[in-house]
Formats: sequence, C-alpha cells, structure tokens
Amino acid sequence: MYPAAKRKVMTVRSVRDVLAAEVLCGDDGALSAELQGAAAADLMSDVLALSQPGMLLLTGLVSVQVVRTAIVAELCGVVFVRGKMPSSEMVALAREARLPLLRTERSLFEAAGLLYGALTCV
Amino acid sequence: MASDEFERVYEVTGRDYANAGRASTSIKDILKHLGVHPVVVRRAAIASYEAEMNVVMYAVRARMSLRVSPAAVTIEVQDEGPGIEDVELAMQEGYSTATPEMREMGFGAGMGLPNIKRNADVFDIKSEVSRGTRLLIRIGQVA
Repeated sequence: MYPAAKRKVMTVRSVRDVLAAEVLCGDDGALSAELQGAAAADLMSDVLALSQPGMLLLTGLVSVQVVRTAIVAELCGVVFVRGKMPSSEMVALAREARLPLLRTERSLFEAAGLLYGALTCV
Repeated sequence: MASDEFERVYEVTGRDYANAGRASTSIKDILKHLGVHPVVVRRAAIASYEAEMNVVMYAVRARMSLRVSPAAVTIEVQDEGPGIEDVELAMQEGYSTATPEMREMGFGAGMGLPNIKRNADVFDIKSEVSRGTRLLIRIGQVA
C-alpha cells in the first residue's frame, strides 16, 4: 500500500497512459479523480483492512468480489494485470457504481513498479 | 420504532457468491443517503461486507439487520450454520478454515473477524457449534 504522502498528483486517466491500459468502464468525472495512493493486492481482506478512500488497486484477481471490495472501500479504480478480462457482470456492476475498471498486459510486479515510479518521480 | 430510527433487514444466502456483498453495498447507500458521517459509512460498509462474506462462505443463511439511530449504526448478523468451535482462535489474524474456493474470491485468509472488530466501536460474537453465530457490530458518532 502506498500512502498519500510524498506522491505526485496523478489521475486515473494518467494511470491508463503509464500502464498502456485499456479503460473498460469509467466516465469522464471518475477518470479525472486524483489517486489518493495505490496498492497491489490479491487479498481483498487486506484491501479492506489497509486501504484509504480514493486509492487505486492493482490486482491479478478477477472476481466480482474485487468490484464489491472496491465499492465498499471507496477506491478510485481497479487495474487488472496480465491482460485479465473481468466478466460483463463485473463491468456492469462497476459502471453502476461509477468505478473505473482498467486492464493492462503488464504483470502485477511491472505495473506496480511503473506506477510507483510515476507517482514518486521528481 | 421511533421516527428518528431507521431499520432494514436483509436475507443472506450461503454459497451465493454472485450476490455476496449486495446487502453491504445497500447498507452503504442507505447510510450515505441518511447523511451519516463518511468515515462511519466506510467503517460500517467494510464491517458488514466482511460479515456478509463470512455468511456466504460458511453459513447456510443469515438474517442481517441494519439499525440507524442518531447515536449509532448497529448491524446484527444472526446465521444458521456450523458455528465457530473456538471463537478466540477465529479472532486471531491469519487463522482460517477456508477452502481453496473461498481463497479464490480473495477472502478466507483469516482476516474477516479481526477486520470487523477493528471497524466497530462495540463488537460482540456468540457462537454455538452446529447451530450458528450471532454478531453485533455497533459504530457510534453517526453525525
């Protein structure tokens, strides 16, 4: 989990560019939201325990519980790594909640590294 | 029920993974709508979601109730299920009896009950083996 302190201002839209990600859903307003930190996790209980509102989640887990967790924890978006494709139910649920979903071909390690670099570079 | 109190009851079904979290997202929407403080809304939503996942993963069914008064948000979960043999052990972070199926959902790592307790001001658990478990979660300072 990367906290809000010592980070550059970054929007969900700019995450798309950094990770060469595809936006699966997310309206203009939601994509313009500013990241309040970022986390890489496959364990949703860890996300529920440690996340802050407005954080971005990178995950290799594809299940409807990822979307539910992101809604409950008030995350600003979810990026699925290794080209994983969420189901249409997941996308519909996220769309309803105005939660942006992205997917990238990068691995969890690469995606976290790239995002960490972009969030902390001076 | 006093006019300044709100109550809603949900039925949660065991093994119904597709709908797991539906009650908690509804609770979250209601609390937001009632103008409950955002920090309390998030704590209540996280606690109720972990509790709901526990029902879906382990129990047969449960009655989940939400009560909102000016003083507190109260969530009670009464399930019919196997119960918990050693509650003290279940409260330890990392202790879990989850199956691979549960872990594939991103849960079942022994964090559920500790997460609920962490988000609650009042937390009470009573369990009877082969009968079920009753959880009481209360979060104060609503406004």
